[in-house]
Amino acid sequence: MLSAILVMILLGVILGAVLGFASIKFKVEGNPLVEKVEATLPQTQCGQCGFAGCRPYAEAVAAGQAEPNLCVPGGDNVAKNLAELLGVEFKPVGGNEGVGPKPKMVAFIDENTCIGCTACIKVCPVDAIVGTTKQMHTILADPCTGCELCVPACPVDCISMIPVQENVATWKWQYPVFELKKAA
Amino acid sequence: MKTLHKFHGGVHPPEHKTESSRLPIGATPLPQRLIVPLRQHIGNPATPIVKVGDPVLKGQMIGAADGFISAAVHAPTSGTVSAIENHAVPHPSFLPDLCITIEADGEDRWIERQPLDYRTADPDAVRALLRDAGIVGLGGAVFPTYVKLNPGQQKIKTLVLNGAECEPWITSDDLLMRERAAEIVAGIEIMAHLMQPEEVLIGIEDNKPEAIAAMQAACQGTSFKVVTVPVLYPSGGEKQLIKLLTGKEVPSGQRPINIGVTCSNTGTAYTIHRAVNHGEPVISRIVTITGNVARPQNFEARIGTPLRELIQLAGGARADTSHYIIGGPMMGFDLTNLGAPLTKAINCVIAASPALFPPKPAAMPCIRCVQCAQACPCDLQPQELFWFSQSKNFDKARAYNLFDCIECGCCDYVCPSHIPLVSYFRYAKSEIATQDREKMAAEQARQRFEFKQMREEREKAEKAARMAEKAAAAAAAKAAAAASGIEDPVAAAKQAAIQAAVERAKAKKAEAAAAAANPPSEQSAAPENNTEPS
Repeated sequence: MLSAILVMILLGVILGAVLGFASIKFKVEGNPLVEKVEATLPQTQCGQCGFAGCRPYAEAVAAGQAEPNLCVPGGDNVAKNLAELLGVEFKPVGGNEGVGPKPKMVAFIDENTCIGCTACIKVCPVDAIVGTTKQMHTILADPCTGCELCVPACPVDCISMIPVQENVATWKWQYPVFELKKAA
Repeated sequence: MKTLHKFHGGVHPPEHKTESSRLPIGATPLPQRLIVPLRQHIGNPATPIVKVGDPVLKGQMIGAADGFISAAVHAPTSGTVSAIENHAVPHPSFLPDLCITIEADGEDRWIERQPLDYRTADPDAVRALLRDAGIVGLGGAVFPTYVKLNPGQQKIKTLVLNGAECEPWITSDDLLMRERAAEIVAGIEIMAHLMQPEEVLIGIEDNKPEAIAAMQAACQGTSFKVVTVPVLYPSGGEKQLIKLLTGKEVPSGQRPINIGVTCSNTGTAYTIHRAVNHGEPVISRIVTITGNVARPQNFEARIGTPLRELIQLAGGARADTSHYIIGGPMMGFDLTNLGAPLTKAINCVIAASPALFPPKPAAMPCIRCVQCAQACPCDLQPQELFWFSQSKNFDKARAYNLFDCIECGCCDYVCPSHIPLVSYFRYAKSEIATQDREKMAAEQARQRFEFKQMREEREKAEKAARMAEKAAAAAAAKAAAAASGIEDPVAAAKQAAIQAAVERAKAKKAEAAAAAANPPSEQSAAPENNTEPS
């Protein structure tokens, strides 16, 4: 009787020590879910979800403080992927079904109107605008994520969003579709 | 006799080679207008280095290579640059691309041509010349050859020359080998000099006896071996021909160079010879014009010649022509706009009619008969890939090595349900490529955003540090003055100076007041003003 109790206590102590060691040795740094959520987001840093960038939104989603259907540039695709990742029911972006990802846009500065105030440079989250005080500004089209944050910042309304045109390098093969056989 | 190593699968489509191989390579008249696309190779498009209105000479570089994987493009004749703008190009998308249009002046005057003695020259200089001569793989992939002909640290065992030309209808390499074997061998010598391989094998399918005889005759006195391979589509695929000739398999996701083999087209060898030994860049190529035309034939045509003019040279398309195929019927794509120009990649244009190429019957459901897997020369499982591509399960498709697919069309050819498998694979490949591109762009945006945040934090911290320093200095000075103004000589001196200044100001004020009290009669207009400054 006593020996049995001692054996069980000893076993408990050893296994507890092993578990305690493992929890220190194999400690997971940070929340891995945040990384996964962030990898799903399009990284436009536009703030249309109400958070100051994709990372804060990812943290809020991972913590369950934000809905996974707030990413406007990602559209329903991202919302679907996030819902799947979190194991919750998919809800379309903006409440109405069928919002695909927005067509990719890039900002464009009308250089004749630009007054060189640097207001847009300060709000650009990815440093895609070059220019300095009282000098004309211009957009680097390649790093521009099309977040539209610079559009309201411009005091003279010289920034417009233009859709990115498909070219030979970015063209995609279409899903094969065939004419249905004509009846009779 | 060399032992051959059979690759898996393959099919025997009707060859249709004799239509165009009866006549010799035809010359082409000088077109009035030539449209030279800047994107004629894999990698970055060339950068235009001429302006509208510039006169150009035949062989003059008009687009320079941009970046590592790129090649130059040249003026195919002398004339004037009339436009640098988007123009229809032969591409399955029908999208226009940037082209340089040249109006020919009819003189066809060459730029000064400088041959290079490759035996004494630095190999890097030879490679730079190949890049600037616009040499790209003419077998269809148009990969810049100068990149390929760089062994680096790798020891090259075999240099494979691809003269198999397995695709039906096409005979451009066949005719080139028949008529210009010696020049091809001269080009192979340059390649062998750059790569230093242990052996050089020239693979030619046995349906080209004249080409084999001509190449064997030209290889007399060299160590190059002409190897006859049996007709089986796609023995002209790079990895298939390497397997056939050397028995080595290129591992998935790797290049032949990783197993010590380099494979190049015989047409490329010919252009290398012209570039190095004659100083002539790639401004023309051999192209087969065949199918539903009056006189199918091969032509040596200038790059940039509108395809319509080439069809006219072959006697014009017959009335029942429905569309045109660029490349062969197995791997090529359909084209409707014949205003598009000839590019380095085009080895064949086929006029198609419903009689020659009957439309495929409607696709039926997959019955999982795995005939496609038996025909696949890449040892893939097309029936699985089809399943995943059709359901847009791209991760699975990638896991089943979708990117090893060479889009040869063998699976399409044997499918009893007439499923356009390659169309699905092309769709899935381009979707995956786009996803990867977007992922990379997102990653770049994230990094730039984090850097901006880091920079702003740093600037804020620096500003705060500066303010704190200033505040601390001010506080210290104040404290010192309050504690003991006399003890600190500097503060005392300052105090004294301030006191002196105050006294001076007071004296001045008093003087001014005195002056105002007894104003000189002529200055009575504005006496108060003088009291202002102190």
